[in-house]
Amino acid sequence: MVDSDKAPLPKFPGRSSRRRWLFGAALLVGLLTTGCGPQYVLLRPAGPVATKELHLFELAGIAMGIVIVSVFVLYAIAIIRFRDRPGNRAPYMPNWHGHRLLEPLWFIVPAILLTIIAIPTVGVTYQLAHLPKTRDPVVIDVTSLQWKWLFEYPGQHIATVNYLVIPTGKPVLFELTADSPMNTFWVPQLGGMEYTMPGRVLPLWLEASHPGLFWGHSGNFSGTGFAAMFFHVKAVSPAKFAAWARRLHRTAAPMTLGDYHRLLTFNVVGESSYGAYPASTFPSTKTGFVLRGGMYTPMHNDPRKG
Amino acid sequence: MALPGWMLYLIHTLFPANTRRPTELGADVLIIATGAILFYILIIKGRWRHVWTEWITTVDHKKIAVLYLIGALAMLFRAGVDALMLRTQLALPHQGLLSALEYDQLFTTHGTIMIFFMAMPFIFALFNAVIPLQIGSRDVAFPRLNAMSFWLFAFGALLLNMSFVVGGSPSAGWTAYPPLSENVFLPGVGQNYYLMSLLIAGIGTTMTGINFVVTILRMRAPGMTLMKLPLFAWSALMTSALIIFAFPPLTVALSMTLIDRLFQSSFFTLGHGGMPMMYVNLFWLFGHPEVYIVVLPAFGIFSEVVATFSSKRLFGYEVMVASLVSIMFLAYGTWVHHFFTMGAGPAVNAFFGLSTMLIAIPTGVKIFNWIFTMWGGRIRMTVAMLYQMAFIPTFVIGGATGIILATVPVDYQFHNTYFLVAHFHNVLIGGTLFGLLSGMYYWWPKMFGMKLDEHQGKWAFWLFFLGFWVTFFPQYLLGLEGMQRRMNTYPFGLGWHMLNVISTIGAFGMGAAFLVLVYNVVWSLRHGERDVTGDAWDGRTLEWAIPSPAPEYNFARIPVVNDRDPWWAMKESGATLANSLSASDIHAIELPKSTPVPFLLGASFFLFGFGMVFSWWYVAILGLLCVIGTLIYSGFNYEEHAMLSADAIRGTEASLGRLQA
Repeated sequence: MVDSDKAPLPKFPGRSSRRRWLFGAALLVGLLTTGCGPQYVLLRPAGPVATKELHLFELAGIAMGIVIVSVFVLYAIAIIRFRDRPGNRAPYMPNWHGHRLLEPLWFIVPAILLTIIAIPTVGVTYQLAHLPKTRDPVVIDVTSLQWKWLFEYPGQHIATVNYLVIPTGKPVLFELTADSPMNTFWVPQLGGMEYTMPGRVLPLWLEASHPGLFWGHSGNFSGTGFAAMFFHVKAVSPAKFAAWARRLHRTAAPMTLGDYHRLLTFNVVGESSYGAYPASTFPSTKTGFVLRGGMYTPMHNDPRKG
Repeated sequence: MALPGWMLYLIHTLFPANTRRPTELGADVLIIATGAILFYILIIKGRWRHVWTEWITTVDHKKIAVLYLIGALAMLFRAGVDALMLRTQLALPHQGLLSALEYDQLFTTHGTIMIFFMAMPFIFALFNAVIPLQIGSRDVAFPRLNAMSFWLFAFGALLLNMSFVVGGSPSAGWTAYPPLSENVFLPGVGQNYYLMSLLIAGIGTTMTGINFVVTILRMRAPGMTLMKLPLFAWSALMTSALIIFAFPPLTVALSMTLIDRLFQSSFFTLGHGGMPMMYVNLFWLFGHPEVYIVVLPAFGIFSEVVATFSSKRLFGYEVMVASLVSIMFLAYGTWVHHFFTMGAGPAVNAFFGLSTMLIAIPTGVKIFNWIFTMWGGRIRMTVAMLYQMAFIPTFVIGGATGIILATVPVDYQFHNTYFLVAHFHNVLIGGTLFGLLSGMYYWWPKMFGMKLDEHQGKWAFWLFFLGFWVTFFPQYLLGLEGMQRRMNTYPFGLGWHMLNVISTIGAFGMGAAFLVLVYNVVWSLRHGERDVTGDAWDGRTLEWAIPSPAPEYNFARIPVVNDRDPWWAMKESGATLANSLSASDIHAIELPKSTPVPFLLGASFFLFGFGMVFSWWYVAILGLLCVIGTLIYSGFNYEEHAMLSADAIRGTEASLGRLQA
């Protein structure tokens, strides 16, 4: 990794083509250094979920890199060797149309490479669907609205708009729904996204392994205010998180149903906080999930509903 | 001003505020200018009779191909301009060239037009131009239906494009997910335009699918068994089969949304028991096969081009056919990979991740077989072949990033980011568009009787190829930086600006390539090298065994096929265009007659669609009555065919330099 600010400008000899070289080199250096800069959030995981996903990306990337390189080499040889030019002494075999050993080969080799990717794909897919068993998660109910995010903390009895505070080292279970067109809830440095859909509650767990400030955004277009659907996630130590939640619960004004209906207006707003919220704002759902022994199961016989 | 009330109503309905912005006024000027040119040519110069008898009422598949091609190139221009405006807006952060609504409208029409009104008609142009000739047939199975398909496409395209200046464009993306696409969130007529135009064009597309399945299965020349069918015809057969089964779910999804919007039902609404995710399932049940509908023809084209310009038999024919067939079946089993992040659960996601990876195997096999077709050949670097040369590396990279996206947990991160945008442009441009342009350069002599200038074509190619990579490689990196698709602007602090500038520069390179391509076409139509041999590239299949352009009846005598590369085999035994036909072989031929019915049907559907868009029920009912009336008129029209005498055919063939003996 090269720090983009400190990358030295290379010096090239020569005079006539010097400016072009410099321009090209500057472009290349710019590309390469930005390639490792801090803005590459998907390469800068800050929690176990994002890290697992990055490792799988690296594995798939390497396997695909092998495919790309081997095809390119073969292909380059073919077009250089068999170009139609006078005096080309490469063999010309106009009727060669099959080979018993070669043809199975390009079934088998890609199949092996794909198997190498497929096995961990299935494994990680199952792992990410289940919360780590031993630790109690912090639950946050997320509702996407036109064009803002409402976060409700049922355990802490507080609510925030367009920003989150989460404890580090603890899984956070987001229960996602929408009172709006569909969006996705996404904090790239913490892990992959999940849709927020009206009439359903979908689960997503993430975890921050160290304190930090991350940005989140929606990944599904939801109308003219979509580009503004950014929010901040601040990861702090569990003690600081508890203190923050207690202070908010004590000091901030509670959200009324009137406040909620004002949030339903189609507009873009800043951040705000509430010391309590009415229970009915998070939709009672019919097809969501509940947590049971660290696994998500369909909510058809949800004990909470009686 | 004292305008009467009905006039005010019309003005406010047809031209609301969002059709009176500078971009729309610019489009108005263009439309009026085009209208004036058409008026001049048709009325003042008196060409309307020629246009009516030779083009509008034609049922000749070769002329329909030309019409499709003109439509496709015009739509490529329209949606390309959309793309350039999008890229200009995104070049810098906090840019305000386009309002959010304008940006939303432009990416919606860009995607919708590129898929439904550019790629599809371009494919049908080549199907129509080539398939009957390649299989040694005199026409498609249902010529009148074929013309109807074209006119439904044309009027569907007209309806969608009209939305920009009359009433307002759709703005929910080409996928138009509800509940965003419902009345509550997008009032106005834009979404109605989207729904009606796709429904109307979809009827035509389905008919084309049926037409080519029947044509290829029933109308092959004697001796051409399915395992002697050229690869392009095989790809057309598989594409048509995909169309027949993939379009019904789209029709269902669109109709239900339309009923939601026009008649206040609640299939996909927010609340009232609406289930938006059902739309998503239906849409992608169509949408994923659609991806293969547009890419399989390109595979077919490349299989023809690579064999011709390597002067060598296609490598692994049987495996190529097997992989086309298996891709066709697998294409129906991967649709959930478009929404791994909708909480389907690990079992479902894992299944669809693996099925998606599985489809890479037959595709990869094709790549190797193309490379080994070149191996041991003599590669001629024509423009058609250059597109093929660019296709292989581009498509391999696009396929590889597709596998990365099929890796379910990775997709949780990359879903709807610019990584995805780069991936699907990588396969749709690098696969479909490169394929279609390759096919256009390859079959142009057969369609028009002259070659497209190779030198200009190479300029267009290199601009396009380099422009493509400069545009889309940075977008992969933007995906890694977390930039989401469909954002109309972005803040400065995230570090996205530099790559966006580069991407925009590349987009303008592609725009320049399009201009060179148009110049190439226009110049070549006047000055291009005439093709008198009928076999401009030393071809292998039957379409090269007849004069260019093909006479109305295609084959004076239907050939007998004994080889996978029939014309190559005939040439090996000494055949040429001049000596392969004798006067005694020629008999009278029955040909379908021109008819205005397809055009009138299209126009009636247009009227119906327009009435539905604005909920003007009397107009819609009138349109529907016109549809029924045209069908009844057509039903009583018994003289569908006319005989072309043997002498007339002999005369034509002699004038084309044949029958010398």
